Amino acid sequence: MIEAGQKTTPLYEEHVRLGARIIPFGGWLMPVQYSSIVQEHNAVRQDVGMFDISHMGQFILDGPGTRAWLNTMLTNNLDKLEVGTGQYTFLLNESGGIIDDLIAYRVGEEKFLLVVNASRADEDFDWLNRYRPTEIDLKNRSANFGGVAIQGPRVSDLFHVLLGATVELPPRNHIADFVIDGVDVSIARTGYTGEDGVEVFFAASDAVKFWNTVLQEGAVLGVKPCGLGARDTLRLEMCYPLNGSDLSPEHNPIEAGLGFFVDLNKPDFVGREVVAKEKESGPHQKLIPFRMEGKGPPPRPHYPVFAEGERIGEITSGTLSPSLNYGIGMAYVSAPHAKIGTKLEIEIRGQKFPAQIEKKPLYKKS
Amino acid sequence: MNVPDDLLYTESHEWIKREGDNIRVGITDHAQAELTDVVYAELPKTDRAVNAKEAIAVVESVKAASDIYAPVKGTVVDANKALESNPALINTDPFGQGWIFVLKIDNADDLKNLKDAAAYKAQIG
Repeated sequence: MIEAGQKTTPLYEEHVRLGARIIPFGGWLMPVQYSSIVQEHNAVRQDVGMFDISHMGQFILDGPGTRAWLNTMLTNNLDKLEVGTGQYTFLLNESGGIIDDLIAYRVGEEKFLLVVNASRADEDFDWLNRYRPTEIDLKNRSANFGGVAIQGPRVSDLFHVLLGATVELPPRNHIADFVIDGVDVSIARTGYTGEDGVEVFFAASDAVKFWNTVLQEGAVLGVKPCGLGARDTLRLEMCYPLNGSDLSPEHNPIEAGLGFFVDLNKPDFVGREVVAKEKESGPHQKLIPFRMEGKGPPPRPHYPVFAEGERIGEITSGTLSPSLNYGIGMAYVSAPHAKIGTKLEIEIRGQKFPAQIEKKPLYKKS
Repeated sequence: MNVPDDLLYTESHEWIKREGDNIRVGITDHAQAELTDVVYAELPKTDRAVNAKEAIAVVESVKAASDIYAPVKGTVVDANKALESNPALINTDPFGQGWIFVLKIDNADDLKNLKDAAAYKAQIG
């Protein structure tokens, strides 16, 4: 079954045992769904779901001067992080293009944990290593760590079952260490679904034990194993970008509408000059969220986008939204057409269907 | 997986039910289980002349769009309008209310090229 060159996570056998459909994703064999994308999506919106994120990369950086140097490699400002907190940030190339989007946690005064996309982990590591001053220690710990994202409104209830009723999860964007059923874990209050949730990291050798503890203890709360399919529909409803689809080295964070995570007050970071210019002059293209109007096929990546009969861009992400029950997506369009409320047409198999540019996020909790 | 003995099948997971000079076509239980969550069905227009193995309909799940092929040469005489408002019928009743289109076939001999239930069962393992 396992194709040559595809990696598996420590939870692979569990996915197979649970009947998951397995697909290749960023060099890994990952579960796309166990039951149905819609059911798993709804479990996260209504109760709680668990995703294997062991394929994601983890780097540890340590040594004197790490914070000051790493702050020249990433766009957000690490000086704003207290020890035990994290932030969403970008790794840019010299022309301001996005190599990766990641979360940087400050786990000590001069010690950082970076959680990066699976498909970009090697490239990120080589990039950082190339710039790294010798006194800073950079380790790729991806193979040593397993991880899961546990997401949904009942996540606090679930951890009261696992940790005891008096133990509270760390606050939003904080990370802290716990012991659950004899397993050492780091819990970060973060996620990519728009729901309350955590990402939990542990030794790869503890992955199966932790996964099964959560499924068993969480059964009373309806915890469901969830695959990449639901992860994609959940993040798209929130307009969180997916690297490789919405983000790429051909686009900078200003075009992607993510300038919030770029601190241009920092004197220097790789790509700063280009991004600062782009912000001043305004980008030629913008990543916009849209919804389909009326009945029609779901939008998909690479479908052309039109406004007033003129082709203005292309879809990067699209699906039928399980929460909203209409088609949603994101597209890069020429900047003059990027205003909220702009009427669009999406070409699907030679026929044009109406759509409209919306505000972020596409899905709001009622 | 349900594979009714009285139907014919294609390599591309359509089922075929003979109804006199016509055939009724849908996708198999195996195919709907692989797709899961069918959210949209694009139907062929009636009176359209089609060739064997021509893509004439599209079934879309949350994740992807899949072409549905004409099993043999013929003319579209009916399409399942109920799928426009309820595409999930393909999941809930693939061999019944989830049918997709009806073809008037040019040559009944063409049906000999299709698989019987045993051959289709062997294909899907």
